[in-house]
Amino acid sequence: MRENVQEFRRFQGMARGFRWAIMPLFFLIAWEVAAVVINNQFILPRLESVAMVLATPFSPILGSGSLVENAIDSLQRVIVGFTVGALLAVPIGVAMGRWRIVEELVDPLVQIFRPIPPLAWVPLALAWFKIGLASMVFIIAIGSFFPVLLNTLDGVRSVKRTWIEAAMTLGATERQILSRVVLPGALPTIWTGMRVGFGIAWMCVVAAEMMPGTNSGLGYLILYAYNFSQVQVIIAGMIVIGVIGLGIDTALRRFEERWFRWRELER
Amino acid sequence: MKKLKVDHVSKSFQNENGEDVKALSDVTLEVEEGEFICILGPSGCGKTTLLRIIAGLEKPTGGDVLVDGEPVDGPTPRLGMIFQDYSLYPWRRVLDNIAFGLEIAGVEKATRAATARKYLELVGLKDFADAFPYELSGGMRQRVAVARALAIEPAVVLMDEPFGALDAQTRNAMQRELLDIWEKTKKTVLFVTHSVDEAVFLADRIVVLTTRPGRIREVVDVNEPRPRDRTCDGCAALRRYVLGLIDEGRPDR
Repeated sequence: MRENVQEFRRFQGMARGFRWAIMPLFFLIAWEVAAVVINNQFILPRLESVAMVLATPFSPILGSGSLVENAIDSLQRVIVGFTVGALLAVPIGVAMGRWRIVEELVDPLVQIFRPIPPLAWVPLALAWFKIGLASMVFIIAIGSFFPVLLNTLDGVRSVKRTWIEAAMTLGATERQILSRVVLPGALPTIWTGMRVGFGIAWMCVVAAEMMPGTNSGLGYLILYAYNFSQVQVIIAGMIVIGVIGLGIDTALRRFEERWFRWRELER
Repeated sequence: MKKLKVDHVSKSFQNENGEDVKALSDVTLEVEEGEFICILGPSGCGKTTLLRIIAGLEKPTGGDVLVDGEPVDGPTPRLGMIFQDYSLYPWRRVLDNIAFGLEIAGVEKATRAATARKYLELVGLKDFADAFPYELSGGMRQRVAVARALAIEPAVVLMDEPFGALDAQTRNAMQRELLDIWEKTKKTVLFVTHSVDEAVFLADRIVVLTTRPGRIREVVDVNEPRPRDRTCDGCAALRRYVLGLIDEGRPDR
């Protein structure tokens, strides 16, 4: 009797562990049912045909490179663009947070440019940099710049005055205060900004790859597949985009939980 | 030469109406090497402002502060400061917190670790070298702050109500430990407090400030032998006397 109870408890525990899978499973079943009912692969392909595309990530699709090749192209672009954006945003954010005069001078520009969606820069990017890597990097950098900047500013402002004054009484120079107190103190918040910024950069790269004249990348692949009515490729591409985005965000969050635990534990 | 000299220091602020408000008025104080001085006064008397001016964190409107005869014109490692709220760096382990001052002074890694260990032992926390500040209690954190301030061997140690946030028992224990450390290191200490009991237990001399503007009401010598018994008659009499001084200084009496 008692063994039965234990068994039941264990089963309950396992069931709870799989609870997250219920809705995705339900979604997949609904998809398959809808696909069968609609019965038109140019509107909603069946699960199997999408799975088949995903199962062969290295084989070329419609003569435009494989899923993996296109994903690598997109990742390269996003990394370059994000790096440019973050490398500009962090120093500007630190300077704004540390020196009032810098904030007063720079803030109006930030306020004006921030509401402009990164994609509104596409025509200008094309006019300035023509088609190619430079214009994509430009758009991705703009997309990641603002979240990193605003979080850096926030992080620097949250650095306790006592931390800075303690460093001053211990003989620290302004430079040492910046590198050993302000930066490490603001780093958890900067990191959060980078996570948000990378997410936006990833969205931007897909959109940027839909610009005319592009000939690789996941964004290009799904648009190209549309021209050939290959809906199963479009959906497979979207799944890859989602999974990569989730994977990177998870990795960045793990790092955050591991290294910046003090932010939550400090009263 | 006096270890520390506060020479006719005054300080005024501007309030939101643009009027000058005097926080400190003509404070003069001379401190001998190795003395333990308590600066005592009700809240709002400018005692923290006075300590911050001595530390070089604020500029006086008039007057000078001299350490070993040299004027203080900004924060300096000659003056170690211990703050009321926790000033430890939460991303650094205890030992690295204590070594912070040595690190910025460019002391080599092995040397500064050894020095930091020495001070960690002095404050009785040698088993906590690798802990993070958030793993420590309030009293332990303040001990680390004391070790960090002492590690750079300042000429004078300034303490701004360092035990104000602790419960009564911890506070008493910390006072005893602080006296132990003071006797071992023979440092000159300036200790700001609003607790008469704390001042009478700790100080060689108590500087009693009046409120608005803060000026020195009287400097009271404490001649009770150490180690002191908080409950002894001499201490009680002294407490009564000092409390009287503070009450007199109140404008609303």
